[in-house]
Order: sequence, then C-alpha cells, then structure tokens
Amino acid sequence: MRPTNTRNPDYFHTVVDCQWACPAHTPVPAYIRLIAQGRYSDAYMLNRRSNVFPGILGRVCDRPCEPACRRGRLEEEPVAICRLKRVAADHRGDITDQLPKKPKKTNGKRIALIGAGPASFTVANDLAPLGYECTIFEKLSEPGGLMRSNIPAFRLPEPVLSEELGYILDMGVELKLGHKVESMDALLEEGWDAVFVGTGAPRGKDLNLPGRWDTKDKDGAAGANIHIGIDWLESVAFEHTKKIGENVLIIGVGNTAMDCCRTSLRLGAKRVKVMARKPRAFFKASVWELEDAEEENIEIIVNHSPKSFVVKDGKLTGMVFELTEYEINENGKIISQKVTGETTIPCDDVILAIGQDNAFPWIEETSGIKLDKWQVPEVDEATFESTRKGVFFGGDAAFGPKNIIWAVEHGHQAAISIHKHCQGKMLGGRLPNEVEMLPTKMGMFEWRYSNSYDDAARRKMTHVELTKRFADLDVEVELGFTADQIATEVERCLNCDIQTVFEASLCEECDACIDICPVECLSMTPDAEDEAELRASLSASENIEGQALYVSDALPLTGRVMIKDEDVCLHCGLCAERCPTAAWDMKESLIQIHYADEQDGGQKREQGT
Amino acid sequence: MTSFVEPFIRRKNEPTNDLGLVRADYDGAMSTLCAGCGHDSVTATMARAFFELSIEPHKAVKVSGIGCSSKTTAYFLRESHGINTVHGRMPSVATGAIAANHELAYIGVSGDGDSLSIGLGQFVHAMRRNVNMLYMLENNGVYGLTKGQFSAAADIGSTAKKGAVNELPPIDPVSLALSVGATFVARGFSGDRDQLLPLIKAGLKHKGFGLIDVISPCVRFNDHKGSTKSYAHAYKYYNPAIHADYVPPSTQIKAAYEAGEVMPVKLHDGGEIRLRKLENGYDPRDRAAAIGKLFESGQSSEIITGLLYINEDHKDMHDMARMEDRPLNQIPYSELNPGAAKLKELQKGFR
Repeated sequence: MRPTNTRNPDYFHTVVDCQWACPAHTPVPAYIRLIAQGRYSDAYMLNRRSNVFPGILGRVCDRPCEPACRRGRLEEEPVAICRLKRVAADHRGDITDQLPKKPKKTNGKRIALIGAGPASFTVANDLAPLGYECTIFEKLSEPGGLMRSNIPAFRLPEPVLSEELGYILDMGVELKLGHKVESMDALLEEGWDAVFVGTGAPRGKDLNLPGRWDTKDKDGAAGANIHIGIDWLESVAFEHTKKIGENVLIIGVGNTAMDCCRTSLRLGAKRVKVMARKPRAFFKASVWELEDAEEENIEIIVNHSPKSFVVKDGKLTGMVFELTEYEINENGKIISQKVTGETTIPCDDVILAIGQDNAFPWIEETSGIKLDKWQVPEVDEATFESTRKGVFFGGDAAFGPKNIIWAVEHGHQAAISIHKHCQGKMLGGRLPNEVEMLPTKMGMFEWRYSNSYDDAARRKMTHVELTKRFADLDVEVELGFTADQIATEVERCLNCDIQTVFEASLCEECDACIDICPVECLSMTPDAEDEAELRASLSASENIEGQALYVSDALPLTGRVMIKDEDVCLHCGLCAERCPTAAWDMKESLIQIHYADEQDGGQKREQGT
Repeated sequence: MTSFVEPFIRRKNEPTNDLGLVRADYDGAMSTLCAGCGHDSVTATMARAFFELSIEPHKAVKVSGIGCSSKTTAYFLRESHGINTVHGRMPSVATGAIAANHELAYIGVSGDGDSLSIGLGQFVHAMRRNVNMLYMLENNGVYGLTKGQFSAAADIGSTAKKGAVNELPPIDPVSLALSVGATFVARGFSGDRDQLLPLIKAGLKHKGFGLIDVISPCVRFNDHKGSTKSYAHAYKYYNPAIHADYVPPSTQIKAAYEAGEVMPVKLHDGGEIRLRKLENGYDPRDRAAAIGKLFESGQSSEIITGLLYINEDHKDMHDMARMEDRPLNQIPYSELNPGAAKLKELQKGFR
C-alpha cells in the first residue's frame, strides 16, 4: 500500500488525540510542556490563541479532550487537561501587553454581534484588533451569556469571567447592555456591514404534566414552585431568587441539572433529589459533574419517569413518578421498557432541567433568514453564514445546544467569514491548516521534552470542605492544583505532538526499535494491499477507529515496510534513542491553524515549545 | 551503551498468557549493548517465546559464559534463575544444574567466541551427551567486546572493520553439531523473528540438546562491506529452507496447510513441531541429507536457515545415565544423604 502521507496536516493532528478532539484544536501537549517549564503566561497565551477563555474553560469546559486522551487508553484516567489549563490561568503573570491591541484607527466596517456570550466575544476578539467596529448587544445587565447566567459562581467565579471578557472589551469593542434586539429587520435597516447572531439556545424545555399550572403564588400566578432550570439559574445569578424550599426535586440528569441541584443546596435546600428516567449509563451529565454533585450528598434516583405534579390548595406538595424497568441488550441499547409501579415523592420545589431549544421570535421571515420548524436556522457548516448574505450564526444559536468550546470555534470561523465578507472575497477561500515539523533532538538520548514515562495516577483536585462551601453562593469549590500536583500531572502527558518520524532509506532493519518499544507498536512486515491486511499481520493489532497505521516506504534491504500502530504508541522516543542510524527521529508537529488575522498572510504563529 | 532506563509500563487490556502474565513480565534489565545489536533482537524473541509458552519465570534457568551475547541473560526473564559462568564453561555448569533438577527449562546463551574457541570442548561434549537444554549461539563472527577481532566463526575472505582479511577456515557450529549427534539443530537470523520465535519455542520443548545458531550482526565491528555477518549480507544471502511451527499439546489440529506440505514431528511433551517445506526435497529428519545440504550451501554464499535437523528418538543425558527422576531438592535429606555406612557399602562394590 502507499506509504503514509505525513504532509497531510491532518495526519499528525489526529495522532494528538486531545487537540483533534477539541473543537477549537487547542495545542494541549504544547501548553502542558510550557506549564512544566513554569512558563505559565506563555501557556496561557498559547491557550488563548485557540480557545480565547483559558481561565473560564479551565474550570467549566466540557472537556472533549479528556475522554480522547491517549493516557486513558493506557490506564483508567486521562491527563487532567482541563485543570492544567486552569493552572496556566491561575499562575499567569500580567499578560495584558501580549494581548491583541485596540487598533489606532478602525477600518470603518461595522459589525453587530447579538448576545454577549462566548461566540460573540470570540468574533469580537478576532475582528476588533483588525480594525472592525464591533458592537455587542445584550439583553441582560451583564455580559457573559450562559457563562454568567447559567454557570453558578461556585464553579466559575465572577472575577475570572469578567477579567477575560474585559480583555476583549479593551480591544475597542462596544458593549450595549440591557439592549434586547427585538427585530432583525429593524437591525438590518441600520446598515451594518455584517451581523452575527450568538444568542444561544435560550428556551428551557417545559414539562406539561397534570398539575403543572395548578400551583399558585401569593399573587395568584400559575406555576409557582415549578421552575425551568436555565431560567431559574439566571434568576439566581442576577439575585432575583435567593431561596428555595427544603425538599427539591430536579427533573433531568444533564449538566444543567447538576448546576441546579448544587445551587439549590446553597439557597437553603436540605434534601435534593435528582430524578432520572433511565439508568446511570444513559445520564447526559459529565462524569465529573455527577461526582461533584454526589460529593455534596445529592441523591440521584434512577428509573423514575415523571407522571404528574401533586398540588394541594394551590401548593406543590410532591410529584408522582412511574417506576420503569428497562431491558438492555449487550450493546447497551434499551430494547424495551415497562412500568412496574408508581410512587409519590414529596417536595416543595421542582426544577425542570430537561433540555433547551433555540428560539428566534425576533427574526422575521422577511429578513431572508430561513429557520426550520425546530427554530434552527439554516447555517453553512463551514462559513456559518445564514441564508441571508452577511448574517452569520454561531454557538448554540447555530446548530442547537453544544458547549462553550464549540461556541468559541464557531466564533473563530464566523470571524474569518465576516472578514472575507467585508473585503468582498469568497467565504470559502480560507487558508487550509498546515503542519510544520520541528526537531526535538538535543543530544545523545536527550530531547527537548520529557520523554520518560511517569506512571503516576491522575491527581485529584482538592475541594473546599463540605462544611464551608455552602455558606455563600460564590465560594469556589475547586481550589486548583498545588505545586506538587502540577509537577506530577504535567509529567503524565505523553506529548503526543512529538511525533515518531521514520526515514526508510536510513534503516538497516536491525530490529532495535521493535525490541525497545515498551508497548510493541512497531513491526516490519512484507507490504500488503491495504491496511486491513497489514493489521492482520501485526503483533499489536487493536483497532481503535481514527488511529491509523503509520506505513513507511519500502525498506532498502528487504523491501519490507516499517509499521507503527499510532493507537498504542506512547511517544516515549525510545525507538529514536535506540536507532543506530537515526532512521527514527522525534519531531514536534506544529499544527498551523489560521485565524482571521492570518487570512491575508499576516503574522506567523508562535513557535514550538 | 544507553543511558536510560527501560520503563515498565502496565497497560489496560494488555494481552496475557495462560498464567495471566504480560509480555513485559518476561523482560529483564535494560540492555547495555550497542543500539542496533542483533543480540537484543534475539533477547526479545527469547522473552516472547517464554511468554507464549506460558513458562513460569521461576521455572526457567538462564546460563551463559562470557561475551556480548553472554551478557544478555540479564536482559530477559528478570525473575528466573541464572548464572554467568567462566568463559566457555557454560555447558558444564548447565550440565550440572540439569543433573540436579531436570524439570526446569534451561536456556544457554553464548556466542561464537565463547562456544567455538575457548569453550569448544565443553560445547561439543554437551551435545554428545544430549543435555536437555536449548543452546543459543549468537553468532556475529567477531569478538565485539574486545573491539572486533575475528572469531573462529569468521568466513575465509571476510574482512575486519579496518580491512584485514581472514584466512583461517571457519568452524560451522551447525555442521559440528550434526557430526557429534545433537538432536535439534537449527540456524536463524536475528532479522527474521517470525522464523526464530517458533524455532526457540520448539527448541525449548525438544527433549535433548537443541542448538540454534543465530546470525546476529555486530553493528559496531562487523556490519561493514566485506563482512559476511552484516545485516546487508545476511539479508542478501538469507535462505529459509524449512519453517518450523511449535504446536502445544492442548491445541486442536487446524488444517492450516495442505496435506503433504507439512511434516509433523511428535514431541515428548505431547505437542508437535510442524515443518513446512520451503524448498523441495528437504527432510530435516534425514541427517545425511542435512549434512549434504549444508555442504552444498557452503559452496555458495547462501545462508541456509530453519530447523535443519531434528531427532526426537534419541535419549537425553538424564535417560542415558539413568538418573533420579525427582529433582534433588524434592528428595528428603535422609534419602539424599543415606549416611556414612551406606557410603562404605557402596564403595565396597567398587573394590
């Protein structure tokens, strides 16, 4: 078969599992190496380039990188990538002079950004330094979007949020707070050069079961004590809601449910139960958020389907659930379910956290922006342009609820589109990614990365004691890593971006690399027609989807090929240390991703670490 | 010489053998040989053979003499018994150990210097006695540890690194073994572990003396043009004549090969070696043919490899000498040492 084409910028990129899994493609191993060297500010800036909000994301990111981490294929737990990002943010020095500057004069192009969440802020971050006049419209009295209204302060302290948003506002971005955009048509009338919609998915799903509207508050309004999760969290964040009943039921078991139950505890609830329809394997919440909730003695009850609200004299007293049993096949799929009984659980308040939808009541049909029946706009997946030229969508507003890091990536891409649009260029003509290979050899058995394998287990984040954390809503629970924890955790990273690169013409087929490899991922075999045939002849042939076989050119002595199974390689560099002819070498693959500021040539990215 | 420590890495879902051990459990200390040395490849293959045969490490014994190859017993089976003997004296130490406990798996590791010069007499007599061990002769044609002088295995006309030409005829361990009655004679090449691995497994399971002469290039002193033991030369003239697969007793017989192409040889442990002919008309059960074939290949530069001769019918040392079946450490002391009176009685019989 054909030798692996390592010039394809995606080849080595996929090997760096964390970076490939990250929507914004944050160069994780590179910033972890900077942390290991104590270069926290540099690590922060490297992060900021791709994910814009390292301090925020280092606390509340959905961490698609961690389940992908190579370390997780070796042992139980991946590298604590997210918490190391927070380390970079916590320990950085003053980096304000390294941030993109407000330009001396603008280019006269005016961009309207609707919704002051992560997507709009990312667009502003990418465009304002290029001279664009960005104006962010926000209906609430504070910027941040769901990062402020839905993420409780005990997970994301307000100063962290405000500081990172402030960096962007300082680039000359205008922020109009308490300014709800009521009509897209009216906005378009104002003659903006481009409009970006980053309004999120603001409508929490309701649960219209019997009794839903039978409760009355003291003014007689229906639906008291039954709350929509994201609305309730917002109301708590803006201090409109300051207490809740002693017995609280949370319906749903996603990440919003976790924030609701933990927030309830801080508002005076004594017994909080999270009610799940299905068994634990089907929970939507991240494992770590479940763990954090259970640490606070939240009870999670499975196999309870809500049936009705129990209301006495206009007051909520409980909820009826159907007890459900599921039959699950060996693939973990539910094949049938049956109701085995019914139970009533008393409560004072119910919080519904069962999902959220897009909602654009303010976008008129006449605007030329097409929405489907689910209120999801028709948006181009590469350019983020809607069906109306010059109007772009990003974040949850574009394709429905995802997470912050996706919103950031959407923002980057939309910024490139807006830049092209304003220059009258084709939106599709974007610079492709590139890969640059940098040498890492420092001398005999010496590389500029820590290649020795450290078998330490994942460091556990220290939390504020249970007795102290409920005193106030904004006591941050996670304390951050200590110096010892940082020193250990950084060594757990396998440096997947330091690639094993093979030069077939130098090989003399002595097998030294094959012998030294601690995970037996190398082999020399006769060439085959395709990858399946090669895998069949391998000693280590586990096939994880997405991880290729690295196939060399024909070897000079026997015409066989050298094969490396990218799935199991630990990037320890022993093959390169052992190779007598330097046919194997370790090189850092630097994935060059071009943002809006580089589309016209522009400056070069940071060098390797 | 390397300056790093080989990490011992436990992976989840790592393949295990019948004992629940992983391949790395059969490793040893980090090799201090030159990077690219053929011996390391042989070491790794030996470790894999023990792993795949599910031999408990504490039931294996490694014996060696002096030299680069003899150092390698430190680099595999870290939890096995072992002894580095005096130069060339490994066969007699092994013979003694086997006499004391013949239930363990014995592997001797030696080189062309250790076996064919200083230890030639020992080597030949261990084969004559059919001592039940596998003898790995890692053959690179030079004294690597003393900077590359020709060994007794160097071919006529081959050159040393600085150009000196060897004029003395080589001692071929394989021909020698056939002439003195070794019962399992094979040749391998460190560059072909697909062939070497089943040879080692079969050799360990063979009852009697097994010799594997492994061409194992010395990257530092004998890997140049003019050498007949270099990687380039070995790959060029390499000729696998016969392929041997070891099939353990418990394995169901799978019809992997067409009938007539496979020659099965039953082993004492109930397993069998299946020989696959790669060349017509060669039968490794025929000693005269093996000697003939070797002589023929000696005329050209061809390196004939594979299991060249096997004889499962010959008694090993233990049987020939009618020795106690139980290992000495399992015999009660009173029986092992019946006392002075018994000794006197015994001595009477010799008067």
